[in-house]
Amino acid sequence: MVNNIEMEEVKKPLSMNPKKFILWLLIVSIMMFFVALTSAYIVKQSDGNWLEYDMPMIFWYSTIIILLSSATMHWAYLAAKKDNLPQLKLALSITTVLGLSFLYSQWAGWGQLVDMGVYLVGNQTSGSFFYIITGAHGLHIISGVLFLIIVLISTYQYKVHSKEMNQLEICMTFWHFLGVLWVYLFLFLLLNQ
Amino acid sequence: MATANIQTPDLAHDVHHDHDHEHHDNFITKYIFSTDHKMIAKQFLITGIFWALLGGILSVIFRLQLGFPDMQLEWLRPFLGKWITEQGKIDPEFYLALVTMHGTIMVFFVLTAGLSGTFSNFLIPLQIGARDMASGFMNMLSYWFFFLSSIIMLSSLFIETGPAAGGWVVYPPLSALPQAISGSQLGMTMWLVAMVFFIVSTLLGGVNYISTVINMRTQGMSFSKLPLTIWAFFLTAIIGLLSFPVLIAAALLLVFDRSFGTSFYLSEIYIGGEALPNMGGSPILYQHLFWFLGHPEVYIVLLPALGITSEIIATNSRKPIFGYRAMIGSMLGITILSFIVWAHHMFVTGMNPFLGSIFMLLTLIIAVPSAVKVFNYLTTLWKGNLVFTPAMLFSIGLVSFFISGGLTGIFLGNAAIDIQLHDTYFVVAHFHLVMGSASFFGLMAGVYHWFPKMFGRMMDAKLGYIHFWLTFVGVYMVFFPMHYIGIAGFPRRYYSFTNFDAFNSFTDLNAFVSIAAIFTLGAQFIFLFNFFYSMFKGRVAPANPWRSTTLEWTTPINPGHGNWPGAIPTVYRWPYDYSKPGAAEDFIPQHIPYSQTKESNLPHENELIKLENEGDVVIVNENKH
Ligand code: HEM
Ligand SMILES: [Cu+2]
Repeated sequence: MVNNIEMEEVKKPLSMNPKKFILWLLIVSIMMFFVALTSAYIVKQSDGNWLEYDMPMIFWYSTIIILLSSATMHWAYLAAKKDNLPQLKLALSITTVLGLSFLYSQWAGWGQLVDMGVYLVGNQTSGSFFYIITGAHGLHIISGVLFLIIVLISTYQYKVHSKEMNQLEICMTFWHFLGVLWVYLFLFLLLNQ
Repeated sequence: MATANIQTPDLAHDVHHDHDHEHHDNFITKYIFSTDHKMIAKQFLITGIFWALLGGILSVIFRLQLGFPDMQLEWLRPFLGKWITEQGKIDPEFYLALVTMHGTIMVFFVLTAGLSGTFSNFLIPLQIGARDMASGFMNMLSYWFFFLSSIIMLSSLFIETGPAAGGWVVYPPLSALPQAISGSQLGMTMWLVAMVFFIVSTLLGGVNYISTVINMRTQGMSFSKLPLTIWAFFLTAIIGLLSFPVLIAAALLLVFDRSFGTSFYLSEIYIGGEALPNMGGSPILYQHLFWFLGHPEVYIVLLPALGITSEIIATNSRKPIFGYRAMIGSMLGITILSFIVWAHHMFVTGMNPFLGSIFMLLTLIIAVPSAVKVFNYLTTLWKGNLVFTPAMLFSIGLVSFFISGGLTGIFLGNAAIDIQLHDTYFVVAHFHLVMGSASFFGLMAGVYHWFPKMFGRMMDAKLGYIHFWLTFVGVYMVFFPMHYIGIAGFPRRYYSFTNFDAFNSFTDLNAFVSIAAIFTLGAQFIFLFNFFYSMFKGRVAPANPWRSTTLEWTTPINPGHGNWPGAIPTVYRWPYDYSKPGAAEDFIPQHIPYSQTKESNLPHENELIKLENEGDVVIVNENKH
């Protein structure tokens, strides 16, 4: 019976690993979530009564950090393809650390906003939006960092190598997505002040 | 396990794995934390039935108030406790809570989770020829998130301050201010938490459905050979994937307004003469976000029912579905259009009339694909050899409700007429026919039709006929009169209308509606009896009781985990080869190759025979590295 199963399973038009596909679908729904928030932002802004302020410099640094982390993530991917384990571990660790630094930098950015007198709870929603959008993105980054740590543990258990790339690839796609998402949000918040 | 890492863990591996475990399934893995799509479907169905019953009972309670405003309801005190006032009446605020919970339960818990959850789960793998969903684990999580959400929503009924009471759309400021109504206190928080879990459940289920349909179809099952049921479930899942995240965004901002003092939706509100600190928000923003989900949601509810109906009507008319491609095209059209008509729920919010007319145009355009579908159902029925099974009757009932409810949609879609009709019982009549009853009938049709596959036994047809006729007549008796009450201007969600002279003449009509509602709810117990009795005592089902063409009927009568004991059948033809001229039987299942049906093949189908043989070559070792 088992033989049978394996025989015809092969013939399936399996166009993509279903788990990777599922990740793409989740990315679509996360995207919709942020599109909803940013649309709400625009609608609200057009109502007037909008507090103008300059985006703290530190969010530029966050952007650089997250772009760097995408690069190191890609480095990890290349290393895994070549079965270069030490490099893979190094690259993944750096990515994880960069992810954490990004979170820290966002946190510091919030601190600067507070110093500038822009609060989550104020009389104007522009500040509230800023906190909620960056905060929601931060939550996704936290989940990405957790994912990175899981992959890192797998590498130490020799479960990530050139013949077993799925987990790493899924993690990589997700991490790049979070980077792109941040760049979108950053530009959005920058240009819509 | 050491070697397992080196192999790419592809599907064959997973399936193999599941089979190893089948021998030591215990009660918990088989019935509770099951990853088998068929069991998960049954879990959704049973939970959905529970919710439907509860939602129905809630509606009968508020119908008592509306139909018989002077009635003594003291006898309800054992159930409702302090929600019955000293005078033996329903507490007005609790009335609002009842309406809210009825709507929430029916729209989300019954007709979204109960309908999609049951039939997408059950039919997608069986009809596309797959052993299970893309991720059985996520599928299991989907059910358990739904369960968690159900528990929270259910408990909110029993708390001191009562459940959410701002309507199923939970518009702020009513829902945002705990001072506004007691239901906006803890009950509203629980509503929001439950909905977040609900959305997680829907998304987990949805990504699985989409991924399964795209990646796991059996050999030969191209998109142009998919049964319309699968098309419908597929598009439904896409709509959900795109729209539910927006509801999360809306709910998130509402949570911040409620609990952290932000002012997204709140501005310049005075309570008891005192100004609230919130400034600069806009409740209209919430409506935009909500209806961006809300309108697609009505199609999330309806499309699966339409898909089920297509299948059942074709099977029981013994005719190919009329306009297979037009059906797919109109479902695609509905999917796309459903995202750009949301503001027809907001014509009276003071929107720019020019914008209103654009949304009016788009809204009226969506009537076109809807009409195409109706036309195709009718032409499929036309001159068919109709077999009136209970499932068939419920499907025809659906078509009837879809027509009568869809027509009133065209009235409502006109911005000028909507000024008079908005938020009256006319709207209630519209959507209960076109969405509520139509989808409910689709659900029922599906249960009657696939019960033999689910439980290996037949439901009793006589009881099915009685159930159908009582419900069909009952639904029209309940909702048809509401059109008149609505045109007269009676607003929805009002506790009582006896204070207004204008509505006195409708007292009898309202009483009639209430009696009809009780009658219709009563008829559902016939179904409940039939369902549970047949599950254990029903006649044992034959392999293909409705002589149907789709793949699920090629599985054993009680399919195990993995669905087909041997190889999955290959598909050679579309699913609607009914009464093909020349054929020996009046149906040819999808897995019969053209080489075996020379007598009924069309010229171009004879050409396909050559390809069939090539396709039979089996490459055994492709997945071994
Ligand atoms: C012929 C196509 C349709 C048109 C033109 C149409 C139009 C409308 C309009 C304009 C409204 C808003 C009425 C108001 O609040 O003043 C409305 C309400 C509604 N429609 Fe439709 N509709 C159509 C079909 C459907 C279908 C197929 C469904 C569900 C499957 C549906 C479900 C609803 C629901 C649930 C509401 C009320 C929501 C609420 O306020 O609680 N409609 N419809
Ligand atoms: Cu709508």
